[in-house]
Amino acid sequence: MNNTTIAAISTAQGEGGIGVIRISGDDAITIADKIFEPISGKRLCDKKGYTAAFGHVKNKNETVDEAIATVFREPNSYTGENVVEISCHGGLFITREVLRVVLENGAVPAQAGEFTKRAFLNGKLDLTEAEAVIDIISAKSKAAAKAALLAKDGALWKKITDVKTKLVTCSAHLSAWADYPEEDIEEVTEDSLCSVINECLFDLNRLLMTYDKGQTIKEGIDTVIAGKPNTGKSTLMNLLSGKARSIVTDIPGTTRDIIEETVLVGDVILRLSDTAGLRQTGDAVEKIGVDIAKDRISTCGLVLAVFDSSRELDRDDLDLLDSIGDTPSIAIINKTDLESVIDEDYIKSKVKETVKISAKNGEGYDELVKKLTILAGTDDLNPSEGILSNERQRLAVLNSKKALKEALNALAIGMTFDAVNVEIEEAIENILELTGERVSDVVVDSVFHNFCVGK
Amino acid sequence: MNYNAGEYEVAVIGAGHAGIEAALASARLGCKTVIFTINMDAVGNCPCNPSIGGTAKGHLVREIDALGGEMGKTADACFLQSRMLNRGKGPAVHSLRAQIDRSKYSDLMKHKLELQENLELKQAEITDIKKTDSGYTLTSRMLGEYNVKAVIIATGTYLGGKIFVGEVSYESGPDGTFPAAFLGQSLKELGLPLRRFKTGTPARVLRSSIDFSELEEQHGDEPPIPFSYDTEDMGDNKVICHISWTNEKTKEIILENIHRSPLYGGKIEGVGPRYCPSLEDKIVRFSEKKRHQLFIEPCGLDTEEMYLQGMSSSLPEEVQLKFYHTIKGLEHAVIMRPAYAIEYDCVDPTEMDATLEFKSLKGLYGAGQFNGSSGYEEAAAQGLVAGINAALKIKGREPLILSRSNSYIGTLIDDLVTKGANEPYRMMTSRSEYRLILRQDNADVRLTPLGREIGLISDARWEKFQAKQKLKAEEIKRISKTVIPPSEEINKILVSRETSPLSTGAKLIELLRRPQISYADLTSIDKTRPSLDQNIFEQVEIEVKYEGYIEKQLRQVAQLQKLENKKLPSEFDYTEIKGLRLEAQEKLNKIKPKSIGQASRISGVSPADINVLLIWLSGRGARE
Repeated sequence: MNNTTIAAISTAQGEGGIGVIRISGDDAITIADKIFEPISGKRLCDKKGYTAAFGHVKNKNETVDEAIATVFREPNSYTGENVVEISCHGGLFITREVLRVVLENGAVPAQAGEFTKRAFLNGKLDLTEAEAVIDIISAKSKAAAKAALLAKDGALWKKITDVKTKLVTCSAHLSAWADYPEEDIEEVTEDSLCSVINECLFDLNRLLMTYDKGQTIKEGIDTVIAGKPNTGKSTLMNLLSGKARSIVTDIPGTTRDIIEETVLVGDVILRLSDTAGLRQTGDAVEKIGVDIAKDRISTCGLVLAVFDSSRELDRDDLDLLDSIGDTPSIAIINKTDLESVIDEDYIKSKVKETVKISAKNGEGYDELVKKLTILAGTDDLNPSEGILSNERQRLAVLNSKKALKEALNALAIGMTFDAVNVEIEEAIENILELTGERVSDVVVDSVFHNFCVGK
Repeated sequence: MNYNAGEYEVAVIGAGHAGIEAALASARLGCKTVIFTINMDAVGNCPCNPSIGGTAKGHLVREIDALGGEMGKTADACFLQSRMLNRGKGPAVHSLRAQIDRSKYSDLMKHKLELQENLELKQAEITDIKKTDSGYTLTSRMLGEYNVKAVIIATGTYLGGKIFVGEVSYESGPDGTFPAAFLGQSLKELGLPLRRFKTGTPARVLRSSIDFSELEEQHGDEPPIPFSYDTEDMGDNKVICHISWTNEKTKEIILENIHRSPLYGGKIEGVGPRYCPSLEDKIVRFSEKKRHQLFIEPCGLDTEEMYLQGMSSSLPEEVQLKFYHTIKGLEHAVIMRPAYAIEYDCVDPTEMDATLEFKSLKGLYGAGQFNGSSGYEEAAAQGLVAGINAALKIKGREPLILSRSNSYIGTLIDDLVTKGANEPYRMMTSRSEYRLILRQDNADVRLTPLGREIGLISDARWEKFQAKQKLKAEEIKRISKTVIPPSEEINKILVSRETSPLSTGAKLIELLRRPQISYADLTSIDKTRPSLDQNIFEQVEIEVKYEGYIEKQLRQVAQLQKLENKKLPSEFDYTEIKGLRLEAQEKLNKIKPKSIGQASRISGVSPADINVLLIWLSGRGARE
């Protein structure tokens, strides 16, 4: 248990210019080597303790950020284990991305106080300090118990329970079928297994999507600035970032066509993407950019649709208004410094919230802030329940998904159902981490509840 | 006036499946042992089904055998029909079950006890147990006083036994024997918390009164497979069983008379098992089911009694007759023994350690139904462990604690002593998290080295075991090296099994990895295959085919082992650890887990509590 490698962001989130991700455990250096590419080319595992390297954090081939990795070798580290600290550009988005990459490469999220706990276990703290740690964990367990009770009424609990029920029923059927071969229990078929597993995979995927949505509170609202070229999108972006405290410097986004920036507007954190201009195009490369932009509009948390009030609505504008759909949005009628010819009423008929501004001279900015704050307070953008709210929960769902995929794979290659059931149980086990039950008890109870068995 | 009846090292109360294994193990390990039975004709009795094994239970029998126990060998010697259940559902759930000749089984076991060196078999009802300075004094109904160092209680359904058939109830052991009427009071005085459980059995009917003509037949496997790794020749299957079904009429009669069942009339206070429900239970709980299956099984070769598996009941005899007569084939059935429910005293198993010794009463052990389990195999498994541990303790040796990762026996005992039993506990494959490792085919690999270390595996058997391991290793080497070139013959086989044909040569081991291909499929092209024990081929094929899954489970085992290695003190007051929640403190004080691993399995102990324990544990190490 203590030899698993843990990781967490160890700087206060959202503050300061530098974010530190700490990895601790037997595999800390190996894991860091998988995601960190030093400029010098010298791998971290070849480095001595108390040394640092400059390089890039990579997610597969994609660069996440420039960073400095500092290597500490056991027992000479805070926890007494192998430790790597990755210092990257601060701010929520990047540090979380780096953490996510670390977790996807084999580390597990650290529990609150876990670094300190390990430090203690490895004799790095004295008893007084250690007793303080016990107090923290104990307080945490009380808080967790309270949170769990609250969560029972929540939508996350409900969604998790749905998936759990499906899988437990499925596993119980397999168990009853195996443990009571002489009762007339319905045959388990490959088709029925596949369809249950696929249903659960679908549900888990949905749940993972809500995780990203849930991060709005902590990471900022995933906001897309959209509009045809030359409506003033870039000026708007500058307005928002110029007047706001910029938390993060520009970074390349997922494609070269999307620029991302996290800004604080009033009390609301926005993660802005400036998309390629939305317009009909014959150019193949540009078209890809436009498609990506459209895709972003339908999946993001908030659209700021920008219109040029000095020009009449054209096909590209209408296209944008149509593609917004259900996504929460604010229509920004820009260039109030120029004469307005645009059909405002039509825009208002499509988008509930509209603001007239001049991005160039800052007119209407306060109005925009007000609208944003109101929107951010609504349920759509503040899904406080029914979401995965931390990395640990997210990882549990991811692992569950992985096991279900293995189960499908086992079915596909024709393995016997006892092997398939091992994977299903692993999927359940991961889900039960969220609910605090143990798998075999649950399955056994379900066997007796659902099947008429006995001698 | 009491008299001194002698001194023994180990006394076993009860000569059922638990008591037999306990007494044999203790005597074989060199302890002077006495075993008491209320009735000399009830030694090794099978008061319920005339069969040994079944899902997960077959695993237990193999494990008992691999450790040097007796159940498997005896079942092999008197089997009537043998079947490997769950073929096609995967090797983890393959389970052996044998119909046995119940009176022959009982005779064989009694004889083994009689012949065993260091062991005395006595007909006596033990009425009292008193703690003494050097152990315990047992008093018999005939006023004999036995002074012993250790006692194993294996009283089955005899302890405070009470039978119910409809409105009729009386104090009794199973099959019309005397109950143990006095011992319960004495155990309470020792401080053991007793509670009531119940179980039941169906009627036995006369073979000639059954019309088999329209019933489905159930045959044994050919050739029959033995339980014991020692049994070489099983002989042939000797009987067939039959299958029939209840119907709407059966249901109607039962529902009309349900108020006459002591279960529903509130007369039985004991908790019954969910997995072994009476027919009335099944009909009430699963009212939407139109019919229930039953198996008609012979009780032996020299008897005409037939067992009706699935038809256990506590309804009045007259109602039993009526509803049995609604079943196809049983229209004119003559009941020889009616079905009955039996209620009995048992103990809360969380009072025991994984050695099956009581935490508060050193030298006192429990096994079998007394511990809250159900089933012959579960009883025998516990009896073996209790007997071994009583002897090891007397000899001043380290105790035997089986783990969840090396056996179903370890899983069974860990479940009992850690979680307790709220109803009679039955072994199921789904109770093990390591099913692909704990298979019935490899019980010898898992446990025979342990049995040897304990001293229950003879030189001859040990040599045989080692030779088998060597042959197995050679076979794995052979299939890893043997290359099968593409040919019409092999491709015909592969295609007929719906798997892709070869275009280049492939190693035998690669072919066996394919789920669709078995050793048997490759016989014609595998020219260098040696002639080996079937079990070797079975183990090799499973290990090759399920390698990925087995490795995955082995990794989980390694993870668990780290927690199991973190030992907790046996004498400690957990209320002293302030960080623990109140519920956790109470549970930990009750169970007194041996390790962090065991603590983590106690319901009511949360992961946060485990963190606190871990911290406290290392702090304690630092302080001392």
